[in-house]
Amino acid sequence: MSATGIGAAVRRKEDFRFITGQGQYTDDVVRPGETRAVFVRSPHAHAKIKSIDVAAAKKMPGVVDILTGADLATDKIGNLICGWMIHSKDGSPMKMAAHPALASGKVNCVGDAVAVVIAETMAQGRDAAEKVKVDYEVLTAVVDPAKAQAAGAPQIHPDIANNTIYQWHLGDAKATNAAFAAAKHVTKLDIVNNRLVPNAIEPRAAIADYDAGSDHLTLWNTSQNPHVARLVISAFVGITPEHKLRVIAPDVGGGFGSKIFIYPEEVVCLWASRKTKRPVKWVADRTESFLTDAHGRDHVTHAELALDANGKILALRAKTIANLGAYMSTFSSSVPTYLYGTLLSGQYDIPSIYCEVDAVYTNTAPVDAYRGAGRPEATFVVERLVEVAARQMGIEPTELRKRNFIKTFPHQTPVIMAYDAGDYFASMKKALEIADVKGFAKRKREAARHGKLRGLGYSTYIEACGIAPSQAVGSLGAGVGLWESAEVRVNPTGSVEVLTGCHAHGQGHETTFAQLVSERLGIPFENVSIVHGDTDKVQFGMGTYGSRSGAVGMSAIVKALDKIEIKAKKVAAFMLEAAEGDIEFKDGKFTVAGTDKSAAWGDVSLNAYIAHKFTGAELEPGLKETSFYDPTNFTFPAGCHICEVEVDIDTGKTDIVNWTAVDDFGTVINPMIVEGQVHGGIAQGIGQALLEGVVYDKEGQLVSGSFMDYSMPHAHDLPSFQVGLTETKSPSNPLGIKGCGEAGAIAAPAAVINAITDAIGTENLAMPATANAVWSALQGAKPRQAA
Amino acid sequence: MPAVSMTVNGKPVTGDVEARTLLVQFLRENLRLTGTHVGCDTSQCGACVIHLDGIAAKSCTLLALQCEGAKITTIEGLAEPGGALHPMQEAFREHHGLQCGYCTPGMIMSALDIVRRRGNDLDEHTIREQLDGNICRCTGYHNIVKAIASGAKNMAKGGAPRRAAE
Repeated sequence: MSATGIGAAVRRKEDFRFITGQGQYTDDVVRPGETRAVFVRSPHAHAKIKSIDVAAAKKMPGVVDILTGADLATDKIGNLICGWMIHSKDGSPMKMAAHPALASGKVNCVGDAVAVVIAETMAQGRDAAEKVKVDYEVLTAVVDPAKAQAAGAPQIHPDIANNTIYQWHLGDAKATNAAFAAAKHVTKLDIVNNRLVPNAIEPRAAIADYDAGSDHLTLWNTSQNPHVARLVISAFVGITPEHKLRVIAPDVGGGFGSKIFIYPEEVVCLWASRKTKRPVKWVADRTESFLTDAHGRDHVTHAELALDANGKILALRAKTIANLGAYMSTFSSSVPTYLYGTLLSGQYDIPSIYCEVDAVYTNTAPVDAYRGAGRPEATFVVERLVEVAARQMGIEPTELRKRNFIKTFPHQTPVIMAYDAGDYFASMKKALEIADVKGFAKRKREAARHGKLRGLGYSTYIEACGIAPSQAVGSLGAGVGLWESAEVRVNPTGSVEVLTGCHAHGQGHETTFAQLVSERLGIPFENVSIVHGDTDKVQFGMGTYGSRSGAVGMSAIVKALDKIEIKAKKVAAFMLEAAEGDIEFKDGKFTVAGTDKSAAWGDVSLNAYIAHKFTGAELEPGLKETSFYDPTNFTFPAGCHICEVEVDIDTGKTDIVNWTAVDDFGTVINPMIVEGQVHGGIAQGIGQALLEGVVYDKEGQLVSGSFMDYSMPHAHDLPSFQVGLTETKSPSNPLGIKGCGEAGAIAAPAAVINAITDAIGTENLAMPATANAVWSALQGAKPRQAA
Repeated sequence: MPAVSMTVNGKPVTGDVEARTLLVQFLRENLRLTGTHVGCDTSQCGACVIHLDGIAAKSCTLLALQCEGAKITTIEGLAEPGGALHPMQEAFREHHGLQCGYCTPGMIMSALDIVRRRGNDLDEHTIREQLDGNICRCTGYHNIVKAIASGAKNMAKGGAPRRAAE
């Protein structure tokens, strides 16, 4: 392994600009003559818009224009769409309601934009926005997903009965029910997977600039996938044809899923820029982020596990209501279906599974993918069921897991997925050692002497990442393919640019992708630049989410590098006057097999461009290759997380005293970056389990609408983490990578709740397990005695 | 509009601002020092932390006019003029104390204030408690804590905690 090659903990290329304040985020971009967009948003969760009066506002200083939903309709701007078709069990297509970028006639959640003020400064825009008079007729709202389908519930969209988007199912109901009928033991749980706000620290922002001379629009946008944004804005919203729109996602300050989606604000900025012939910038304030960023999770589930007398799992069934909010966000439909139901087998050999999911509209912000997206919800269901079943049956939780672990691969689950590689025993064994589970009983006794309850919780999770084979997702309803592209440009001096369709917003691609190129071509790490996030530079790409950039994005780079090597060997053959088949390439040097004749990488690069050694008929000049790589399968990262907690009996406050994560991510390119991803994921998972939760009151007001009301994990809420790795390579991509971005967020919530419930001796505990919630659960519970 | 004068990263600056203009807006929009970020509206996230007369302050919670005559240091003022990084900047890179980089300038400015108040020998508990005013969504804080402990130590090796460029 070289100091900068695959497997090396190389310090990041991108850090210099960030630690010196020279990052270029969307809000840092300034266009000459730019104006500011300020949105007028609905204060009501559900209301008819009787009238909008902008006359007084238009007279305010600095106002350039004020636009409403009526103007949007006049200009025939299309609706935002959800790009993944789900069919109900009766075969009917999902019910996608109209989602105009500015509400027309009716608002369906607090924060729905009804008008936009374009002004010279933000302050002037805000002043004017306050003068826009909107007359509402307030309607009854529904915010609880479990009540949205009830007879008499307010109907949110005119032609969609019972607020039901789809009633989907997966698996074999008959076989599953038969297994339950024959089971010796059945564990049942009612689970609420709490709604979360992703809260990237950089708020969403957009700046649109219309060039009238060429009738061309440029959009700088906080996007995880600028090409997908361009495609949707062009082909569906119809702002402008694809070739007349450039989307640039510069440095992006965190995404976690929330910046995948195409939102009303960027559409409005583009439209307004063309109308006003001025650049238009919008930057969300944090409360706007809370109100309008797509939220995550929000499932209500009843789940059951059937086991035989020995603790062998026979079947699992789950019925879930998924809250998708007021409108269907870009990929919302896929999250509680193909990213959820398909993972309900966990790491276990479960013969029969049946899952039903009803997706519903409510008068709340849209819900879509948030770190893990469906897989944290599935893992929580499976890992809570398994842990509780073990406790009920008097079997050690690790022992019950081991009795049910999948042992041979490939393994076809009853819910679509074919796991290709893994060793679940290995990750559990290593985690048990690192966590010193053997010493737990002693620690529990010591804690008890200090009035504290200690608990231990496991989560042996699995996820499906590297999304995904285009044919497979196409057959499941995806509107796009999920391949990735790469272009490798070798310059005449031998330095290299890699253009990737992935997008980095914290993941360190500029470093890891350069490590791959450095190792493969034998050139210095410093001589490689990674280019991403600009539709004018990168031909096309699907962006970054679903832990896909390593498994899919880097595989595309490998394929392009393969082509580069083939072409470079041809050039070297002309230079060295040898047969192409005799050229060997190693450590940046081309040699003629069996001779001492060689050419250095830089010489070959130069010769490819000066083209003095071959004619155009023999070989095309230049050294640049492109690849579009489509994966053959999902990848299946898996691992074992162990959480040890101490609960204060008097206050209910939980302290996480020990966290162990052992993950199998396949090949690891940069262990420092991978560990960082694990840390961040765990923090978000602990946040969900202990601290975070969106609260809407019954009128649909967002009570938790700022960092003062929504509890973000702080440094003092979290422990340091003990992180280990095991490795089985993914057979589904050339590098053997599985992906690491979401694992922590997927594994952690179940580990925390399993630990607290172990400590307090009752399973009746909802997330977030705040001190108040734990204290309340403790009243009437019988804490387990120290072993 | 009233004028305001202050010293920013060692250079005297003046500008016309509205009475309601925040210091962070003055820094970002008038001076184009965009390393100082805004991540919330309620003084919780700390992405906007700068040093006001040597003490950490949230520039989203100060009016520009309040800073008349003050000495301000931003993230752009930490490295030596020749480009040598401040030990705390170096520590964040060495320990992978950043991912997306958005909270990082505020984290580094707060870290320096922790050193100013608590010295160069910082334990994990102290660092975690003292970071209450800064939120990071990427790192889970694990490596930020390591970076601050290490940066603080390295600052001691290079002499007393450096007052940033004045």
